[in-house]
Amino acid sequence: MKNIGIIIELDEGKIKEINFGMITLARAPDSDLFAFVLDADVTAVREDLESYGITKIVDVALASDQRNNPAVRAKAIANGIKEYGIGAVFGLSTATGKDLLPRIAAQLEAPLVMDCFTVDLENNLAWTSRYSGKTSASIKVTGDIVVFGVRPNAVEPVKGQVSSRILKFDGSRIVSRGFKFVKRAAGDTSVKISLAEADVIISGGRGMKNGDNFSILSKCAEKLNGAVGASRAAVDSGWVPYSMQVGLTGEKVSPRVYIGCGISGSIQHFAGMKTSGLIIAINTDKHASLMADCDYSVLADVLELIPEITRHLENG
Amino acid sequence: MQIYVCVKHVPDSSAVITVLGDNQIDENVIFLLNPYDEHAVTEAVKIKNSLPDSEVIAVCLGKDDAEKTLRSALAMGADRGILVVSDAPHESIEIARVLKTVMAQDGIPGLIITGKESIDAKGMQTMFRIGALFDFPVATNVIRLDIEGDIAIVDSELSGGAVDTYEMSLPCVIGAGRGLNTPKYPTFPDVVKSKKKVVKKIALAELDIGTSKADMWIVGLEPLVLVRKPKEITGDTDEVAREVIRILREEAKVI
Ligand SMILES: Cc1cc2nc3c(=O)[nH]c(=O)nc-3n(C[C@H](O)[C@H](O)[C@H](O)COP(=O)(O)OP(=O)(O)OC[C@H]3O[C@@H](n4cnc5c(N)ncnc54)[C@H](O)[C@@H]3O)c2cc1C
Repeated sequence: MKNIGIIIELDEGKIKEINFGMITLARAPDSDLFAFVLDADVTAVREDLESYGITKIVDVALASDQRNNPAVRAKAIANGIKEYGIGAVFGLSTATGKDLLPRIAAQLEAPLVMDCFTVDLENNLAWTSRYSGKTSASIKVTGDIVVFGVRPNAVEPVKGQVSSRILKFDGSRIVSRGFKFVKRAAGDTSVKISLAEADVIISGGRGMKNGDNFSILSKCAEKLNGAVGASRAAVDSGWVPYSMQVGLTGEKVSPRVYIGCGISGSIQHFAGMKTSGLIIAINTDKHASLMADCDYSVLADVLELIPEITRHLENG
Repeated sequence: MQIYVCVKHVPDSSAVITVLGDNQIDENVIFLLNPYDEHAVTEAVKIKNSLPDSEVIAVCLGKDDAEKTLRSALAMGADRGILVVSDAPHESIEIARVLKTVMAQDGIPGLIITGKESIDAKGMQTMFRIGALFDFPVATNVIRLDIEGDIAIVDSELSGGAVDTYEMSLPCVIGAGRGLNTPKYPTFPDVVKSKKKVVKKIALAELDIGTSKADMWIVGLEPLVLVRKPKEITGDTDEVAREVIRILREEAKVI
């Protein structure tokens, strides 16, 4: 019997869809699946977790003034991992996970592979990209505890109903020496879905011509329940914030559909989106690299085509 | 204060990567200072200029030719460099132990800055491991760093542009994010001046980095090519829009 830990990411108390693919990946025969839920009402997420195979829900309580402190959150989970004799830990390679998982792995001196496409738990192997997205590496990990950061949307969720037990874990006395959380400033609250989670991403590049034109993309993305991304050229021009950048030095994404609008398709941009399900390129230059390395190419002016698509979506 | 900057020698992001054998690449390509480390060096030099009696030391684990990357850091304003020479590939558990050992042996770190990730391995964890080994607080993806007495006040970027502010006691470890600063690239005189700066080389075998029960290594490496055969969507704007929606609905099933 193996004990496997899964760190659940919530959004205002609600479970994010991207957890289900990760749980599916972590499921193994003859194992107990421990879901770590921090500082939340676990009864609200219990049914969802059970439907994907979670057998134990670890309800971690934190002191109210520490709930946003990443060092305290990591320590609470690391303590829980030791307490329940967990040998493998799964978390999401989201912005939150990129801070949380390395903290946990460092504290346990456990190996950690971030941004995994898949994991072979039986053989302790994980696959991720290396060298600016140009190669796929299989990485062997050894140790009493091993940690994997799973790329969101990399694994298709599959249900597997079980029933669960709730375990209370008191983390309310955990503090972080020398590290104090001061405040959190909300980002752009108009962003409803993050790049890492979105099923559809519409990204704009230099071909968008200016920052105002990005509203054309956000209107369309809203209709598709998707997110808007950007190339570095658009970010460096000051049209959109860095948090929207996709690529080598931005977000790495695997949506089901990636629509590149006025993006040439540089090697560094590909590094962030080449594992997307379906890629649609819209460009006025048929020789642009993205037009040659996509599933559908459209030779068109993005500023005309996207509003037309939005119009059709609005009219059903 | 001694400010240590950990830098990595990485293949240029536009280099053509050829896999050799099971788990290696042809290293006959251009290598340079990891882009996020440029922010780390720039910030270290900025802090040094505002704090009297401080020194910026760039440290690196790599092959002999990683000296080039240390020289880039020196040209950007670091005072001296330390290269731990090893021909073997290393992953972050070991890298952190090596860097920790060499820093502790060299001096008394007041502040340690790394890039938030390296573009070749993107492990995103070395700063946390160094912090754990020293028992120093750590923050990553840092886009603002102010030193006030023995406290570092940092802003760390989360998703969607949200920002956390933390206070950390010094010494601490910082993972530099892209928004931290605009890298200050060297001028020709900077490069000339940096040639006189010292790079000390230490063989890895000379360091006692202790042992860890945990390990990780690359067993297989394959070119990541997803062959796509583009189909052209043609017609007038109305027809193309309809076809795109059909693809989203029927093929991708996202609407
Ligand atoms: C170390 C390093 C890291 C980098 N990291 C990243 C990264 O993370 N992400 C990233 O994106 N880049 C990154 N870059 C930059 C990258 O090399 C490219 O410069 C950048 O991706 C180009 O952006 P673009 O495609 O928007 O612009 P361009 O290459 O200028 O392409 C614009 C495209 O828009 C088309 N176009 C123009 N008008 C229209 C129109 N009306 N309708 C339709 N199409 C139109 C043009 O034909 C052209 O193909 C990095 C570079 C380096 C050196």
